[in-house]
Parts: sequence; structure tokens; C-alpha cells
Amino acid sequence: METLEPILAQHPFLKGLEPKYLKLIVGCASNARFNAGQYLFREGEEANQFYMIRQGKVAVQISAAQRGVIAVQTIGEGDILGWSWLIPPYRWRFDARALELTRAIALDGKCLRTKSEEDHDLGYELLKRFSSVIAERLEATRLQLLDIYATGP
Amino acid sequence: MQVACTVVVDSQHLEQLLAVLRKRDFRILGPTVRANAIVYDELSSAADFPVGLTDEQDGGKYRLKRRDDQSLFGFVVGPESWKRFLLQPDMRLWRAKRDRSGLEIIEESQKTAKSAFIGVRSCDLHAIATQDKIFLNAEYADPSYKGLRENIFVVAVNCVQAGGTCFCSSMGTGPKATAGFDLALTEVLDSGAHYFVVDIGSKDGANVLREVPHREALQSECETAERLVKSCSERMGREIDPEGIKELLYRNYENPRWDDVAERCLTCGNCTMVCPTCFCTTVEDYTDLSGKEVERRRRIDVCFTMDFSYIHGGSIRASPKSRYRQWMTHKLATWIDQFGVSGCVGCGRCITWCPVGIDITEEARAIRQSELCNAPTISARR
Amino acid sequence: MRGTVQMIRDPMLAHLFSVERIRKETYDTFTVELKPRHSSSVTPFAPGQFNMLYVLGIGEVPISISGDPAEPETLVHTTRAVGTVTKAMRKLRRGDTVGVRGPFGTQWPIKESERHDVVIVAGGIGLAPLRPAVYQILSQRNARDKFVLLYGARTPEDLLYWKETEGWRRRSDFEVDVTVDRGSGTWRGNVGVVTTLIPKATFNPSSTIAMVCGPEIMMRFTVADLQKRGVPTENIYISMERNMKCGFGFCGHCQFGPFFVCRDGPVFRYDRVKGLIGMGEI
Repeated sequence: METLEPILAQHPFLKGLEPKYLKLIVGCASNARFNAGQYLFREGEEANQFYMIRQGKVAVQISAAQRGVIAVQTIGEGDILGWSWLIPPYRWRFDARALELTRAIALDGKCLRTKSEEDHDLGYELLKRFSSVIAERLEATRLQLLDIYATGP
Repeated sequence: MQVACTVVVDSQHLEQLLAVLRKRDFRILGPTVRANAIVYDELSSAADFPVGLTDEQDGGKYRLKRRDDQSLFGFVVGPESWKRFLLQPDMRLWRAKRDRSGLEIIEESQKTAKSAFIGVRSCDLHAIATQDKIFLNAEYADPSYKGLRENIFVVAVNCVQAGGTCFCSSMGTGPKATAGFDLALTEVLDSGAHYFVVDIGSKDGANVLREVPHREALQSECETAERLVKSCSERMGREIDPEGIKELLYRNYENPRWDDVAERCLTCGNCTMVCPTCFCTTVEDYTDLSGKEVERRRRIDVCFTMDFSYIHGGSIRASPKSRYRQWMTHKLATWIDQFGVSGCVGCGRCITWCPVGIDITEEARAIRQSELCNAPTISARR
Repeated sequence: MRGTVQMIRDPMLAHLFSVERIRKETYDTFTVELKPRHSSSVTPFAPGQFNMLYVLGIGEVPISISGDPAEPETLVHTTRAVGTVTKAMRKLRRGDTVGVRGPFGTQWPIKESERHDVVIVAGGIGLAPLRPAVYQILSQRNARDKFVLLYGARTPEDLLYWKETEGWRRRSDFEVDVTVDRGSGTWRGNVGVVTTLIPKATFNPSSTIAMVCGPEIMMRFTVADLQKRGVPTENIYISMERNMKCGFGFCGHCQFGPFFVCRDGPVFRYDRVKGLIGMGEI
């Protein structure tokens, strides 16, 4: 039976992860597919997984009363989406909506949390990778915050 | 041009030198007293020189005092320099008239008035040479600077006494004039005699001198002149170590000393106005009320203003600290990369005319010392 | 790389040009097209150079040239209307007179980019001084390998030359990626700062020439991310901006350390200025 192991191994996020840890993770993985316009998750919902995007484009969005829907970021092929599963209370703070046909691997959060508690080395490997992603996003967000294209001080 | 100490002109014949120059259509520009300072202005005779006067200078201080002799050049430099006759402080570049048929640009005719600069000190000769590097040797030669510059006759004066803020010795720019003059005078007052030992610096200088009563210099007279100038070079009011100063300032953009200066600096820009090498200008466009006549003028500018570095959104150099740092780093460091020589000629004017007496030599020393022994860089004078 | 300039007898003298057309690009940006009054005023320019544009009786501003270097008879300038002069310029009409001095400044490394991959990263109005480079490279497309344009702006409404960039994107030999800091309404494209486009663009870092233009912060972060991908600093070029009055190194206003941005720039090779870039208020 074909597992998702080879697909997981190929994704940039898990690059360099030892096969024994891949085997541990694959049990938490499942295929996911979203059509254009479909929501991957919505603000307030329980955050039970994160997604490794294989193909397509997802907009991280928020709805504000008079401002409508604002996209703060788009995530694409090779990126990962979502870390609210890592931090209590495990709830999504934003919406995520597919802008085009999107294929992803969904990883079950509870499953990964349990396995990481049992095997701290696995936990460390995952957190190393997540910290790097979060740091990059933070830096990019700061740049957006700076509003560098604005005129005036 | 080989400079030779060959000739002596007695002091009473200096008037004849001015007359010869006037006959050749030079207007005479030289030192004279105005508003309690020695400035450079048009002279009608040798009587206009600041006879028997000297200047006492220190940080933020300038006073004229009576001497006990009748020397014509017994002082050093005042608030003005020769740049105002070559790089005009305010001039029209062109104007345009608009009428029914369109717009017509009227160019300015080049001024070619001949001027004789009498009494140029060695530091100021170096200043003129450095401005030549900017305005004559670049891809574009400034037409107005060029026109004025090619029509001057330079009578330099070797300083025989150093000023309170002078440091030409350490900068290697004086006190002896070595180049860039037609004639160079060393004034000697010695047991009743009053004469000038004259170095001839050019063919034009020699031609003019031919018409002025003169005689061959005695060995003793030459030696006296040499001795006076040498003694002057050893009694400078200030000194600076120019060795590696460019790299020193490039290493110290973030030195806390700049914060210290910033607390004293008023950003008044006096230093840029009295400095003989500062050359920044601005361009301004004017229009009359009807909008039919417009003109463009060039004015001397000051890097200490907020306007100077303003681009949409704000000034690049907003803090006084950054503006003082820009001026001093430009003068002593980046100038060298831009033009091959230092921007500072050691004339000391910036020290004398700073209202709070900021001393460029002291600031340089403090930065240098801060590297040597991690010494605190807070100035003693607070 | 000192600027090479057609020697005008007096570089402070403005040449008279006539407004052909003023076109609105975004809510605060417009393009002015100028034709010379006298054919002798036509001067070739290189991508990256700028002109000093004079609005009669109001004043003069430096604006980079945004047109096609192969067509110097029409001068094209895109600018934001942010100050007195540019706001007055925006109100000009066909037939009005504009004074032009230039071209001044250094150029983008078009020659140096031959037989390399070329990556152009533009932020906001920064696409305007880079457009002549795109034109020139496209006109000799085979002289280079991969050609990539990464363009970011604040919102979709701020994207410049939209129709044109879409046309470029349809070419198979030109990779064009666009992103905005904030997506609004119907935007279905990328949202995120322009540096997020760098990791995924297709180019070989060790044989890439990069040309970067935009706000200073954007250029700094872009250069850092290009370096992270392995592009050497001597292959990265940026374009600086400073207050200018004369345009050719006499007035002292545009100094940036020892450099005159009007004459030693505005295009600088990054390794030559990297010591100065990170420092404030230089």
C-alpha cells in the first residue's frame, strides 16, 4: 500500500528529517484538496491540523466590519500553513481560503502533539522547523507593517 | 614655475604695485577694516590696508588690536575668504521671458572682470586650488568660476606671525606660499627699515614687477624673511594630526563624541560661511507676479539646515549630530576621496567664528584618542 | 562607473520641451511624456539615468527616465505627486512647456548582464527607473539566460504599468511575479512583501545580475534575501535617491558618504556602498 511517506519527504518543510521521524509523522498525515474558493479553516474554529501545501495558493484573510475581507498573506507551493495547533487554546485566528485548486498534506495536530511528548527528539525537529517559518513570517510581517511604500514620515 | 627670492620692494612702493595693476585694468581687492573685522574688499589705495592692526583670535573670539608698528599685513585671516569673488554667493544663471509666441531663455553673459587679489595667505591659496579641482577639472567646468578664475592676478603674503586658531603647519598648507601666486610677499620690519621680500611666481608676476621700483635682495634679507616665516610655522595657535585622518573618521561614524558635539553645536552654519573651501550651493527659481518672467539663481548654501538633505517624506540628516558629523567628515575625510586633497586648509576660521567655539582640531583629537585608550570622549568644556 | 553625459555647453541651462501627454497611473502617480522643441535637444539616455525637470516659475526636481532608450525623441517620466513641483506638473496640459536638463547619472548594468541570469526586483514607484532596463533587455533577449521580474506594491491599486506587466507575464521567456502588501477586494494574486517572492523565483544565483529599486528599507531586505540565495554582492545593483539641485556634482546636496548620488549614482554596485547603507542619517 502506498503511503504518503515519499510525498512528505519531498516537501521543503521536512527536508533533512531522518526517515525514522518521517515514519512517526506519516501516521498523522492525510491528503487534502481544496477547490478555488473553498475555506481550509475559519477564524475561531478548533485548530486541529496544519497544512503542507504541495500545489496551489491559499490566502490568509480576515473580515472586518466596514473594510470587508482583507488578505494579509498568500501561501503557496512548498510553504506551510498554520501553527495555532502548537499553542493553546488551539484555535484559528484567521480564515484561510484557497484562491485556486490547492493540494496539501494535512497533519493532525493532536496526533503530532502526542507523539512529540513521547519522543522529544521528534518534537525538537518539528519545533526547529516551525521556529524558522515563524521567524520568516514575523520579519515579512514587520516589513508590511512598516508600510515602506508610503510617502511622508 | 621656479620660485626665487630675488627681489626687495620697499614698503612705500607698494602703492606703485597697485597702480601698475590698476593701469592693466585689474580692480584691486584686498584686506581692509569693516565693522571691526578685516575683510576683503575693493581698495582705492594702500592706505586702505589695515595698517598697524592685528587680530587676536581664539575659539568664538575675534578682536582687532593696535600694533606698535606700521605693518600692512600684520594679521592673518578674517571672516571672509576669496571664494566670494570666484564662487559668487548669489548669481543669476539665466532668465526666461514668456510671451505670445512662446518661451525664450536668455543666457547670462559671462563676467570677465579682471581682479587682483592682494594679500592672499597660503591657506587661502590652497583653498583656491581645491575649489579649482571641483569647478575646473570635473566633467563640466563651471563657466562663471572659470571666467573669473582665469582673470585674477594673485599677490600672496607669507604670514610672519601665526593666528590664535591657525594650524596650516600641521595641514601642510603654509605658512609659506609655494604655488598658485604671481607674486608672494614677506613683510619685514627691521630696525627702522620696512620692506617686502618678493618671490616671483609667474611670468605675469615678473612683468608687473618690472614696472615697480625694486632691487636685488641681499642674502641677509632673504635669511630674515625665511627666519620670520619659519618662526611663524612653529607658533601655530592650534594643531592637528592629519595622518590617516580619513580612515579614522570612516571608522568612527558611530563614535559617542558626535553626540557630545551635538549638544554644543547650534547648527548655525557659520563655519560653512567662513570656510574658504565650503562650496555647496542651491538653485532657486523665481517668478514675477504675472508669471511672464522667470529667473534661476544659484546661491551659496549651508549643509546644517534641515532643508539641505530633504527629500519627500523628511530630511535624511534630521539630527544636529548627523549634520555636524556630515560637515566635519566631509571636510577632513570624504573630500579626500572626492577630490584627492583634504578640504581643510588649516585657516582656523571655523574655530574663531563658531559662536560656541567648537574646535575641529579638538574634535579630531578626541576621536583619535578615544580609539587609543577607550578614554571618555566627553569634552572638558561644558 | 561614472555617468557619461552628453556635454551640454552649460549644464545649468534648461532645454525646452513640450508636454505631449499627462497620464494618470495611480491615485498619486502620473506619467508625463515630453517632446523637444528643437531637434537638437534630443539626447540618448541609458536605463537608470535621470533628468532635472523644471516647471516654469515653480521649481525643478530630479526624476528618473522611464521610457524606452530606443526612442529618445519622447522623454517619459513617471513620478509621484508629492511636492510643490510634482503637484504642479500633474496639472500641466498638452502643449505646456517643461525645462529639461540631463540626462545625468550612472546606468543599470545592462552590458554586464549579458550571458547571465537577470533578476529585477522593484518596489512601488521603483519600477519606473527599471522599466527602461526591461525594455533594453527584452530588445536583446537572447543575450541573456533567465529573466525574472519581481514586483511589489502596497495594494493592487498601487501597481504601476499593470497592462504592460501582464503582457510581459504572458511571454514564455520572462518570469514576472507580482505581490502586494495588502490584498483588497478582488485581488487573487500574491499577498506579502516582495522579498517573499525571492526564494521561489527561477534563477541561478551564482550567475545572476540583480537590479533592485524601491524604498531604502525594501532594497536592504531584498539585497539580504538575494545574498541568502547566493547572489554575490558585486552582482547586485541598487538605485539611491537624495536631494539634488544641480544634477552633476557641484552643489553638494546629494552626498552619500564620499559619493555624489547624481554623478557616482544613482545606480550603485552594492558592494561599493554596503558599509554606508545600514548607517542612519548618512
